[in-house]
Amino acid sequence: MKFIKALLSIAFTALLIWALDCKFGAIPPIGAFLNPSTGFWQNAESKNILATENLKLPGLLDKVIIKYDDNRIPHIFAQNDHDLYYAQGFVTARDRLWEMDIQTREASGRLSEIIGPKTLDLDRYHRRMGMVYGAENTLKGIMANPVTRVMVNAYTDGVNSYIHQLAPKDYPLEFKLLDYEPEEWKPINCAFLLKLMSETLAGGSDQFGMTNNLKRFGIKDVNDLFPDYPFNEDPIIPVGTKWGFKPLPIPKSSAGFMAQMTEGIKTKEITPGVGSNNWAISGDKSVTGYPILANDPHLNLTFPSIWYQVQLSSPTVNVNGVSLPGAPCIIIGYNQNISWGVTNVDADVLDWYQVKFKDSSKSEYWYNNQWVKVKKRIEVINVLDHKPLIDTVLYTHQGPVVYESADKKPAKGSENIPVGNALRWIAHDESDEFMCFHLLNRGKNYADYRKALTYFTAPAQNFIFASNDKDIAITPNGKFPLKFKDQGKFILDGSDPANDWQGWIPTDQNPTVKNPPRGFVSSANQSSTDPSYPYYINWRFEQYYRGKRINDKLAAMHKANVDSMRLMQMDNYSILAQDVLPTMLKYLDTTKMSAEQISAFHIIKIWDKHYAVNSIGATIFDNWWNHFYGMVWDDKFNVKGTYLKYPSYDRTEKLLLTEPNSKWFDISTTPAKETCADIVIHSFYNAVDELVHKHGQPGSKWQWGLIKETYINHLANLPGFGTGIFAAGGRGGVINALRNGNGPSWRMVVQMGPNVKGYGVFPGGESGNPGSFYYDDMFTTWKNGQLNELLFLRSPTEPSVRVKTTLVLN
Amino acid sequence: MLFLIVLILSFASGYFLPWWVVAIAAFLAAFFIGKTPAHSFWSGFSAVFIVWTVLALFKSIPNNHILADRVVQLFPLPHNWLWLLLITALIGGIVGGMAALSGVLLKRAFAK
Repeated sequence: MKFIKALLSIAFTALLIWALDCKFGAIPPIGAFLNPSTGFWQNAESKNILATENLKLPGLLDKVIIKYDDNRIPHIFAQNDHDLYYAQGFVTARDRLWEMDIQTREASGRLSEIIGPKTLDLDRYHRRMGMVYGAENTLKGIMANPVTRVMVNAYTDGVNSYIHQLAPKDYPLEFKLLDYEPEEWKPINCAFLLKLMSETLAGGSDQFGMTNNLKRFGIKDVNDLFPDYPFNEDPIIPVGTKWGFKPLPIPKSSAGFMAQMTEGIKTKEITPGVGSNNWAISGDKSVTGYPILANDPHLNLTFPSIWYQVQLSSPTVNVNGVSLPGAPCIIIGYNQNISWGVTNVDADVLDWYQVKFKDSSKSEYWYNNQWVKVKKRIEVINVLDHKPLIDTVLYTHQGPVVYESADKKPAKGSENIPVGNALRWIAHDESDEFMCFHLLNRGKNYADYRKALTYFTAPAQNFIFASNDKDIAITPNGKFPLKFKDQGKFILDGSDPANDWQGWIPTDQNPTVKNPPRGFVSSANQSSTDPSYPYYINWRFEQYYRGKRINDKLAAMHKANVDSMRLMQMDNYSILAQDVLPTMLKYLDTTKMSAEQISAFHIIKIWDKHYAVNSIGATIFDNWWNHFYGMVWDDKFNVKGTYLKYPSYDRTEKLLLTEPNSKWFDISTTPAKETCADIVIHSFYNAVDELVHKHGQPGSKWQWGLIKETYINHLANLPGFGTGIFAAGGRGGVINALRNGNGPSWRMVVQMGPNVKGYGVFPGGESGNPGSFYYDDMFTTWKNGQLNELLFLRSPTEPSVRVKTTLVLN
Repeated sequence: MLFLIVLILSFASGYFLPWWVVAIAAFLAAFFIGKTPAHSFWSGFSAVFIVWTVLALFKSIPNNHILADRVVQLFPLPHNWLWLLLITALIGGIVGGMAALSGVLLKRAFAK
């Protein structure tokens, strides 16, 4: 009896401990997570920081001195480049190891290893679209160049030296929460980060939607609604700029082709209305006589941030700015001679080809009038607590067949042949983007900038530039395929060699402009050029709204200083509203309105067209425009079971302003024939009634900042680890394109001159540890539209009150 | 006495051994010097409860509890770090107490 009692007690205790040490679904092992010796309490950083710290690390050639400033931003001083990138890897890992790990897992389709079947679809998608295949090719390019090989290997060694010294109690919090261990960093992980960026910025496609549009509406309507050049435009390279080169012959168009229906497939869409800005003004426009450069790249906002601020200094370089955690170099920044920044180019560098297989074994496909062998690539996806999934991906010469059996309903009369869609994507090609940044970091002048750009493949960026030689320039740059016009606007026939990419636009013939007469350069993702540029880059770009506002402001600007640039980055003025509101208001007649509609009308009539945080007019206009746009297109483009691409705001604007009697205003589901006036009036009623229904009478509850949900989440969406919803101005399509969880991920302004001064801020903090005082210490500065003056030390011994800690590695 | 020994062993072991070593410490200590089951349980419970509270506060106070205030939001608890501290200490206490109880019960089973 006594034994039974004792055994029962022991068994219960053992069971309790086992249960507390086990992960159940998404619940972490409670005992392991909560105990104060190894659990999360260990991640609580003390407010008392050491003034100096010395660490012995294997593999360093010399001593490295790192100064941490008041935002805990490291300023690295190394005696040679190897040690510089080693130290960059080390300090970045120390602050952001989990972020680095989870991002490379996502890119390489390895999330299911730690999370389980929940992420299997995402992993499969990344494997099948060739992320690993692309990263392997890019790694070849990196390793073939001795400069980038040494750099990436040193960075990798630095990350690993940090990982090796970690005890389980030191693991970043998220490892404890998800119950897995950090693994060795590999050079290919640096390439995975580039692939992830390519996926975000150049991984979307309209081709499926456009192909479905073509089937449904025919070529005449599609050409009318989806023109190759927009109604309103203010291109990046100013109209009238001379090209100054003899273009290569343009490839001949292929024979007409209609792809089979692509119902049921929804690829990653291109999200309009978000985007990045950059501009630089010449010395003539600035108060100091030297150029000023500004850049705010827009991305999904997360804690930890996508950017990691750092200063890198060695005998060959001294550069300041932001890096991508997990990759060497500064991506956006400045040195004592030049500054540069980037926005995305909406180039068409991703094309889908319909593949015709010989039979259901899918081992051969039809190309150039013969059967060609398919290559197979096996992807093994390990799944937590489950058997690994083995996925065979077919590769044609174009690339992976991401969607093997897109097509369940072949078009009438077509043979019963299995089809799929192969992906040709620039991110699959061998490349060496890090060499571009290696050179930019060391750049001294315009020639160095131009040389650096030749190494950049993808995702194509509008590289803006300013120098102490008082040069300013911008180049939509990347490796652009040489195409016939509209090649890739619709799904292409994969059997016709004329549809393959026929080579490349020579890098020195990429659109570029240096010191234009207007005294500034700028970009906001809009069309790279006007139609006079001899090559085809894409039929669609981000719309002109932000670009137009930037150019209007800069054209009028004189004696500008850093603050003028900062204020512009926070500008909320809507060009869309400027274009359409006067016309829309003209159709309204207050005699037929309800009391609420009349009071909304009086508010919007005097609205200043700024999406300010407290603006009520902004809320009314925004809702009105959304209802108007929906009423015009929903009955035609919102078709159950078929994915169609909607016409742009730009095209809708043209319809409103110039075609009031267009057939597109007629709502097909009503017997009456509607015109522009009907739609404008009814959309206003609906918009106001909806707002009244949701938020009561027109008044302070209608303020834009309260209506628009703005937030920054933790990368794993952990409740309590983000900002929660906060009130903010801005919207897609205005310079301050902040909406939901997407917006300016880094704001930077650089005043060139003998004593270069940089200003910048990103939403969040330098540390990725939620238990750090530097996890979100820059958020409020960012939210208030302020910038931090960036500490740029000329030497490790330069005194600065802002230096709080010194870390010595040897 | 038992309380003190478990207290010292829990303090010492935590930093370099897995968290459940406190259970072995309490079990062995109670096996050798435990008296009654109730006394052993409460000695083990209070020793680990106190050790875990002190160790957690040792990290959390210089942190102004910013981490614990975030982590508590992952649990179905009121949004105050004190609740997380209480749960932490209770879990440690129960494990310590049960291990000590097991130790003394085993000792009694062997005793004639």
